[in-house]
Amino acid sequence: MSFTEEQITRYSRHILLPEVGGKGQKKIARAKVFVVGAGGLGSPVALYLAAAGVGTIGLIDSDVVDRSNLQRQVLHHTPDVGRSKVQSAKEKIFLLNPDVNVETYEDRFTASNAMDYIAPYDVVIDGVDTFPAKFLINDACYFADKPLVHGGILRFEGRVFSIVPGQSACYRCIFQHPPPPGLVPSCQEAGIIGVVAGIIGTIQATEALKLILGIGDPLTDRILDFDARKTAFREIRTKRNPRCPLCGDHPDITELFEHEQEACQLQAPGALGLS
Amino acid sequence: MQITINGKPEEMQAGTVMDVLKQKDIDPHMVAVELNTQIVERDRLDTTNVQEGDKVEFLFYMGGGA
Ligand SMILES: [Zn+2]
Repeated sequence: MSFTEEQITRYSRHILLPEVGGKGQKKIARAKVFVVGAGGLGSPVALYLAAAGVGTIGLIDSDVVDRSNLQRQVLHHTPDVGRSKVQSAKEKIFLLNPDVNVETYEDRFTASNAMDYIAPYDVVIDGVDTFPAKFLINDACYFADKPLVHGGILRFEGRVFSIVPGQSACYRCIFQHPPPPGLVPSCQEAGIIGVVAGIIGTIQATEALKLILGIGDPLTDRILDFDARKTAFREIRTKRNPRCPLCGDHPDITELFEHEQEACQLQAPGALGLS
Repeated sequence: MQITINGKPEEMQAGTVMDVLKQKDIDPHMVAVELNTQIVERDRLDTTNVQEGDKVEFLFYMGGGA
């Protein structure tokens, strides 16, 4: 593979970096990244990875653009309301960087298709907004041995960390199972300050590029929590949990399954008793 | 006893992780708890003791993304 004059100009600020150079830029051009969800997190991830020249970006989302998405899902513009999110995303990526091959899947990510979808990819990005989907992505990446960059956002806060299966702590090492249905609100119910999706998503994109390039210290065995109200990050050091139900010494999860979808409304505050 | 919770020193009555959660008024179903970088699973919250100088981290579930 060799770059054209135009490509050398486009990627010149990368190529100037000793840690990237022409060789690293070729790694980026050969890389395949799968982004689950073309929404709040998926938007900055896909845009920055596209700008960076990632060779193939896979995008899966079954939704259409809603007007309430535009406050943070920067892949989608006002005329896209009502259109397929992955189609809208593909057009924006092409305008930004026609070098990128965008594979779109207007589909739900499920226990039955997850392994097939992620198989061709090098890195997977969590940009979904339900706990069942987050656990499913974690499990699928473990079984497929694919590095995963986890992201989560709520109200003014966000969380990001990377998982190298079998080497670093997975999502279930920390949170064994989803919370009881209805206990933890979703962004749809509780709100989200739009820019937090941008902050967490761009960190996810950064980690994906580092994994592709094999540079720096990956965000593994470290959970990074961000609070926009304080503009403060908290790093929580962690490690693989021998009692993890997935990657522990005696796992009870041996195949993919989907946790039940959480209820759509919050419980009354009085119901949040200690048990 | 003095312990560190989410990076901040706090004065707590001695007891188990569950006792600390109760003093902080946190529903154990809403958090993952780490004690000195080790995850304490929910079934061990009321049998794991917290001691002077321990570092406790509460990680609330954060399920959004879209
Ligand atoms: Zn694990």
